[in-house]
Amino acid sequence: MEARLPATMLPPVFARWFESRGWRPRAHQMAMIEAAERGASVLLTAPTGGGKTLAGFLPSLIELAARPALKKRPAPAIARTGDRLESWKPAPRPGSPLHTLYISPLKALAVDVARNLGDPVKEMGLPIAIETRTGDTPVHRRQRQKMAPPEMLLTTPEQLALLLASREAEEMFSGLKTVVLDELHALVTSKRGDLLALDLARLTALAPGLRRVGLSATVADPDSLRRYLMPQTAGKETLSELIVGAKGADPALTILASQERVPWAGHSARHAYGEIYAAIAQAKTALVFVNTRSQAEIIFRSLWHLNELNLPIALHHGSLDVAQRRKVEAAMAAGRLRAVVATSTLDLGIDWGDVDLVIQVGAPKGCSRLHQRIGRANHRLDEPSRALLVPANRFEVMECVAARDAVSEGVLDGETNRKGARDVLAQHVLGVASAGPFHPDDLYTEIKSAAPYAHYTRETFDRVVDFVATGGYALRTYERFARLRKMPDGRLRVASPHVAQRYRLNVGTIVEAPLLKVRLVRSMDTRRAGVGGRILGQIEEYFIEQLAPGDTFLFSGKTLRFEAMQEAEVVVTPAGDEPPMVPSFQGGKFPLSTYLADRVRRMVADEGSWRRFPPDVAEWLRIQAWRSRIPEPDQLLVETFPRAKKSYLVCYPFDGRLAHQSLGMLVTRRLERMRMRPLGFVASEYALAVWALGDLAKIDMAALFDEDMLGDDLDAWLAESNLLKRTFRNCAVIAGLIERRFPGQEKSGRQVNFSSDLIYDVLRQHEPNHILLEAANEDAATGLLDIARLGALLRRVKGRIVTVNLPRVSPLAVPVMLEIGKEPIYGEANEEILAEAADGLISEAMA
Amino acid sequence: MSAAIDLAGEALVADHSGALFWPQLETLIVADLHLEKGSAFAARGQFLPPYDTSATLERLDEAIARLRPARVIALGDSFHDRAAAERLALETIETIRRLTSAHEWIWICGNHDPEPPSDLGGRIAETLALGAVVFRHEPTAGRAAGEIAGHLHPCASVRRRGRSVRRRCFIADGARAILPAFGAYAGGLDVRDAAFAPYFRGSVTVWMLGRERVYRIARSRLAEAAE
Repeated sequence: MEARLPATMLPPVFARWFESRGWRPRAHQMAMIEAAERGASVLLTAPTGGGKTLAGFLPSLIELAARPALKKRPAPAIARTGDRLESWKPAPRPGSPLHTLYISPLKALAVDVARNLGDPVKEMGLPIAIETRTGDTPVHRRQRQKMAPPEMLLTTPEQLALLLASREAEEMFSGLKTVVLDELHALVTSKRGDLLALDLARLTALAPGLRRVGLSATVADPDSLRRYLMPQTAGKETLSELIVGAKGADPALTILASQERVPWAGHSARHAYGEIYAAIAQAKTALVFVNTRSQAEIIFRSLWHLNELNLPIALHHGSLDVAQRRKVEAAMAAGRLRAVVATSTLDLGIDWGDVDLVIQVGAPKGCSRLHQRIGRANHRLDEPSRALLVPANRFEVMECVAARDAVSEGVLDGETNRKGARDVLAQHVLGVASAGPFHPDDLYTEIKSAAPYAHYTRETFDRVVDFVATGGYALRTYERFARLRKMPDGRLRVASPHVAQRYRLNVGTIVEAPLLKVRLVRSMDTRRAGVGGRILGQIEEYFIEQLAPGDTFLFSGKTLRFEAMQEAEVVVTPAGDEPPMVPSFQGGKFPLSTYLADRVRRMVADEGSWRRFPPDVAEWLRIQAWRSRIPEPDQLLVETFPRAKKSYLVCYPFDGRLAHQSLGMLVTRRLERMRMRPLGFVASEYALAVWALGDLAKIDMAALFDEDMLGDDLDAWLAESNLLKRTFRNCAVIAGLIERRFPGQEKSGRQVNFSSDLIYDVLRQHEPNHILLEAANEDAATGLLDIARLGALLRRVKGRIVTVNLPRVSPLAVPVMLEIGKEPIYGEANEEILAEAADGLISEAMA
Repeated sequence: MSAAIDLAGEALVADHSGALFWPQLETLIVADLHLEKGSAFAARGQFLPPYDTSATLERLDEAIARLRPARVIALGDSFHDRAAAERLALETIETIRRLTSAHEWIWICGNHDPEPPSDLGGRIAETLALGAVVFRHEPTAGRAAGEIAGHLHPCASVRRRGRSVRRRCFIADGARAILPAFGAYAGGLDVRDAAFAPYFRGSVTVWMLGRERVYRIARSRLAEAAE
């Protein structure tokens, strides 16, 4: 897009500042200023390193520089605390100086941006206060920010929700002119995005005319973000303006041509560690991205084993202690590191200085993520980012080739339009009530203006409000305990200040898997003597649950021995250099994107493209064509073969692990009904293998894969599934049914887990149509179970299933067959596990 | 039979509902019903589904219909708090009265209900002795020669093929038995927790509750619990 204003139209102080830096304002920066002058809301998409953040703030800086100074407010005479001063009325004061609100998905990013903005403001001598507000901000400053806000406030969606739930909100935001949403593409696809959309609607109600600015990486479907930014009205779609930043130099993307054979299966890329190390040694500074924490641990440890040159290589992932992470970040910024092994904690915007090589280990699973990650290398637009892709297995080779093609064509994965979650709306309704009384009619109109909630019916909204007020149960026994009460004018207010207080303790939409602290002690003897040891970080509870004392595992770059659980902490001792006994492998965390999956299917079908693969991969596909069959892109290949007295069925939908797991669950149920006596299944990103005692070559595949499995079979499975209990717990916490924490009585994750299961069982039995169960079902369908994608899969292959009955396993089936035994086998056979444990005892006793 | 629990020479049966049955004395024993726990939370603004009391009583009714006891002993914490009885729905009161009038019914006092309501039928006792066996809410520390108690809400986990299953359970060592909590919303405490240590020594067995039977498992075979 061309700039509509020449650079000379910058206010002189800004023009001089750009000059002093030796910079010229970029076209999209000028376009942003021009749009702001018209009061237009804008989505700016630009690649990393394009001066996107400055472009977002420039219009506000210019406006504020020209604004006559407000009279300073007197500091409040008494400190207000909590809810006690119900009748306290602030003295009339000049309008709030708060002009621009900036929202980032990460608090570290907000802090980083504040620091980066501080420089120009100081250098130009502008009278603009810029402050951050995060969970780390001291209480006294938070109080002061409400009474005397700065001109610019940088915060997160959760903190904004808290601010909006305070009684000061109305006044604080009354003069707000601009809201800037950073990394919008990362925010909108989650429940945090739902919460932010509702908060945006609230802000607009408090500050009519508010200008909304979205900053985003390049996305495939900018319209969904443009819609998200704007207040929607029934029957008419409103989009913000769009400014597209200049495209940077094309990234130099190579796929590692390993000297080793490409492994059949697995995610570790162990065969390539030597080559990865060599690439690090040749680069100035490298970022090594992996998909899961455990992969990060394994590769970090292995690189140090190879580290003959003693290169400073560090580790960074979300489970490590915060202090440890900050140290790594500081060392990186100061240029003291040669490489950092990292997970998605480094995906988003923080500036990393002079990275000249990004290494992606394992397939990137989506082109947008790959784009984002390679954007971490070389923050200068005119030079290409250098990236090296290291596929961990044969299917990943294809995925990497597909991702490289997509990136060089500039194509990104599609964004999906989210439907706003009911549990998030419940949290929001309570937040609104905590700020002051509201009329349901007004609030309904307001929430419908938020794009994710535009489709909500009044009935659903009323049910959510009823849930907030009394729990929303058919059995109306809780009226006398109602949290919301109706006032004579029809408005609703909170029943007591405690309600608002509890809301503030529980706000937020991120429900993490329960985490436990890992404490390293020298030996258990010293531990008993009361010697403390140190905290290494936090680890998921489900992982510890599968360990027995004495098991060793990798964490924080070390092999550790699990000793005991003590007071909700995992106590470990160093296990020296021995290899860990327990592989902490959960496979790739992100499912393969639909778009990449499609490309991979097409590549497999097109023999001409095989020469682009390493020779052993191409040969593998040729033998598959000879021994079995290569499916067309729109076909589903189903192979059956006998092996070790069992019958196997392997199919290749390429639709990601989650959808395959759901397919496996449902197919197994059907096989059971067909009396095929299925024994288990295992799902990978690309394929699904099922085995049974009955002969699977004899069944009607069209019937087995019929779309109608998404009806009764799905319902029956969900009724028994533990997965649904997990999504229910998240919904229950977000909606405020289960409390995140109480003053003075911290619950461990386990206790929350257990009681929510009991509640789930009772509710499912007595009121299966309760709104929270609806919310949990919807979450499961879009998240853990990926039912939407499974539905698309079944529709795609209808009438296009090709079955090959083989005498033995095919080459294409080998990777998923190798997962058997490594991956947990799915099934809901809890009773069987109990019976086995009991029978084991009997056979032991009888031996 | 796997459900048989030997206690001080008496033959008892662990039922998968979580109740303990003493066939010879036609006595059914249940612990920690925690009636009206849901409404206790609701009174504080946390609206747990209001179906826990009826769910608990339905299960108790089913076990009574199946095992046909002459006598029922509720081992304390039958009511979640002192005000629980005031929050009972009318139909629930009728159900409880029907049960207490059809059987010899004893409410043992617990720490949640030191004074169980007196207008629901049944009699109230601090402890009760039948033959060599003493019934009380909280187990007494040290050696016992026949004690049946509740209070601790025992549960246990087993692990097979990388998956773990956690269930409520009975725990006993021949001299003392502790019952699982019967109440729908009563949480659980893993039997490996130090809280159980003062009460059991020697060979301890647990009986985990399954859907249609109990599973007898030696304590040494339980998965280490993350608690």
